Amino acid sequence: MRSTLAVYLRLVRVGLRTQSAYPLAAVAGVAANAMFGLIKASILLAAVASAGGALRGYDAATMAAYVWVSQALIGLVQPWGGSQIAASTRSGQVAVELVRPLDVQGAHIADDVGRGLFGIVPRTLPTLAVGALTTGLFLPHALAPYVLGVGSALLAVVLSSACRYALGVLGFWVVDARGLQTLYMVVGSFLAGLFVPLPLMPHWLQALAAATPFPSLLMAPVDVISGRVTGPAAYAVLAHQGLWLIAAWALGAVLTRAGARRLEIQGG
Amino acid sequence: MTVIRTEELTRSFARKGTRRHPLARPEQLTAVDGLTLTVEAGESVGYIGANGAGKSTTIKMLVGILIPTSGTVRTCGLEPVRRRRTLAGRVGVVFGQRSALWWDLPLRDSFELLTAIHRIPAAEASARTADLVERLEMGPTLGTPVRQLSLGQRMRGEVAAALLHRPELVILDEPTIGLDVLSKQRLREFLIEQRLEHGTTLLLTTHDMGDVARLCSRVVLVDHGEMAYDGTLDGLAAQVGAERVLVVDLAEPHPDLAGLPGSRHLGSEGEGLRQRLAFDATATTAAALLAQVSARVAVVDLAIEEPDVEDVVRRVYLAQQRDG
Amino acid sequence: MASAPDPAGPRPAAWAAYRAVLGSRVRARASYRIPFITDSLGAGLVGIVEFVETFLVFSATGAIGGFDVHAILLVFALAEIGFCLGDLAFGHLDSLPEYLRAGTLDIFYLRPQPLLAQLVTSDISLRRLARAAVGVVILGVALWTNAIMWTIPRAAMLVLALVCSPLIYAALFVCAAGVQFFTVNAPEMPNAFTYGGRYAAVTPASVWPGPLRIFFGFVAPVAFTGYLPALVILDLPGVGVLAQPLAWGLPLAVVSVWGIALLLWRTGVRHYQGGGG
Repeated sequence: MRSTLAVYLRLVRVGLRTQSAYPLAAVAGVAANAMFGLIKASILLAAVASAGGALRGYDAATMAAYVWVSQALIGLVQPWGGSQIAASTRSGQVAVELVRPLDVQGAHIADDVGRGLFGIVPRTLPTLAVGALTTGLFLPHALAPYVLGVGSALLAVVLSSACRYALGVLGFWVVDARGLQTLYMVVGSFLAGLFVPLPLMPHWLQALAAATPFPSLLMAPVDVISGRVTGPAAYAVLAHQGLWLIAAWALGAVLTRAGARRLEIQGG
Repeated sequence: MTVIRTEELTRSFARKGTRRHPLARPEQLTAVDGLTLTVEAGESVGYIGANGAGKSTTIKMLVGILIPTSGTVRTCGLEPVRRRRTLAGRVGVVFGQRSALWWDLPLRDSFELLTAIHRIPAAEASARTADLVERLEMGPTLGTPVRQLSLGQRMRGEVAAALLHRPELVILDEPTIGLDVLSKQRLREFLIEQRLEHGTTLLLTTHDMGDVARLCSRVVLVDHGEMAYDGTLDGLAAQVGAERVLVVDLAEPHPDLAGLPGSRHLGSEGEGLRQRLAFDATATTAAALLAQVSARVAVVDLAIEEPDVEDVVRRVYLAQQRDG
Repeated sequence: MASAPDPAGPRPAAWAAYRAVLGSRVRARASYRIPFITDSLGAGLVGIVEFVETFLVFSATGAIGGFDVHAILLVFALAEIGFCLGDLAFGHLDSLPEYLRAGTLDIFYLRPQPLLAQLVTSDISLRRLARAAVGVVILGVALWTNAIMWTIPRAAMLVLALVCSPLIYAALFVCAAGVQFFTVNAPEMPNAFTYGGRYAAVTPASVWPGPLRIFFGFVAPVAFTGYLPALVILDLPGVGVLAQPLAWGLPLAVVSVWGIALLLWRTGVRHYQGGGG
């Protein structure tokens, strides 16, 4: 058991190192995050202002915090739907992976998590800096939100990998996954509260979102880090994320086994 | 008419990851160094060298993909980069590793698209396509999507695609790589035919000395971007010695077959069950050597290895070192 | 040999080649009917989601930047239709990094056609039409719900916007492609031009801070794709320079952004070919 964990941690490190070979990508990521962030901030802050300074529980400060924390977390959480497993099933490489004495799902997720985590220094922090320099960040002064926030962000990173893995493993059955990926990216990021904070949605839409893992990907860590959700409610959020993680992982495992069986029968 | 003329053609690349700090110039890798080459119409040139010797880079400069760092290049009398589109109608290129065909479409669709792209009038297009299909025996595969073709079938398709527009110059980059012996033979025969009938100039890069021997009247050897030899294949053999290797599988283990006239023992496997003997092809023949071996021990099986390009390059290099 | 007079008949026109390649792509996709339908539905859903994102913000409060939820419908529709049509025609340039990584861009150099034209016409995503259809529906709603006092200039502006908006987004795709030659492994940056531009276009310029106004007003002029035409059609005041009279500079904006696009494309291609060492 202990050595298995070590193997997965090493895979995480491998993912980290893979991303570190592309420093330009990180800079590009910050530029993109900053641009979208500036536009997002200007429209949402103007909305708060036109509502007299208070909009569905957000004031200018908390809205600014939402904007920049959500932008900063994009690089970690990677909502754009891609996953190495999709390419692997397409190329047939997955047959080789299934033979290795390593859980295919765990290996992919570990690698993906590594890639995501790489972005902390080159993407997340600079994006927060841009926010601080432009609209101001207004992050909480207490310690708890950050400690819990790190936990929430970690859960979000792994959950995102698990979700995208489950999507990607559909590649065993679906030939062209690009349409699905675009759909995942757009609908998923919407329900995760990337462009519009969830409280701005009508209740039925929020309920719909709550029935998906997406809010746990972004809205949850944003709420915890920005201090909008504190105390026991914050713990509840983390627990909620944990439950989704288990569900996504289970789904991925089931799909992987089904896919492997299909491969055995069909011969790839 | 001169089809290819280069003068002191040079191309350097910046090597990635060699900057000592962000503002320093990265190390330069010179892929092609002062290449001066002239090819007349109708010639058939084998352009050989080890991997990384600059062959693909030269081709890219001949066709207008890469801009030379210095020196001049003229293909079919045109400057490749500036007149690329005109040149494209007069040159055909077969890239061994990259396909010019449409992957998911039937082969015939690729031919139709290419004749449309080259704006070949309909009557000539169908005549030319039919002719190539017949000669390359591609009739049965016309309806198959390219991705389902075998390598041999695909390469024939690529060659046809490169010839559809009747180019004056055909450049083939490793066209027989991975092909079985029969496919190689057929492809070579086809190219020889085309050259005879249409006077097409051929420039062929390859690792297979068999290609060079059967197709090319002239050999240009590049080593680390520089021209190391330009002449006939016989001349090259004379310069470096033409050694072939006879590999014999014996009925039972036998001590090393050293000392046979005209040969030297290279190595043994399986305690002498399989032995490799190098012989000078100008001094003796495989048959003669085999007779000598058979006189001493029963031979169960045999194979003959041709020198490969790396071998030749290495020997040219050594010969030049030796001669100062 | 290639330029001698042809006894075999007239040479086909140059554009016939593009039509042949595009036609084969369309036929190939149409042959996969079920995926095409689901892809189109997916694209339509994407269009709806994009709309909802804008709609939610504007219906949560009164007017933002002088635009209420009815007015923003018009801005959204014009920008979205423009983006979808521009994406439909030029969106395939997004795949340039794939060609660069695989080395397959070189094949295009072997053909007697301009490189950019080949890339643009080598594929087409018809499913984007479904998303454009969503935009058209919203345009219909916008025109109806805004009680527009139609005059000849306003009608002309509507037509002008519908024509020029796709051209501007097409140019942004070309800009992004030119930059891709430098940022092969970092496609996010150029994509920020196109997708970021679209995002900015559906927010009123009046809420933008200065630098954003300069960038999206004059460099990547997406303000001209929705905001400025809407000012004219709805007779609303703008902010500073970005006001009604500027909207009539739409054709100039198109020319300007295409100039930038072709410059970036040329620079990128020269970099790829190694001009300047």
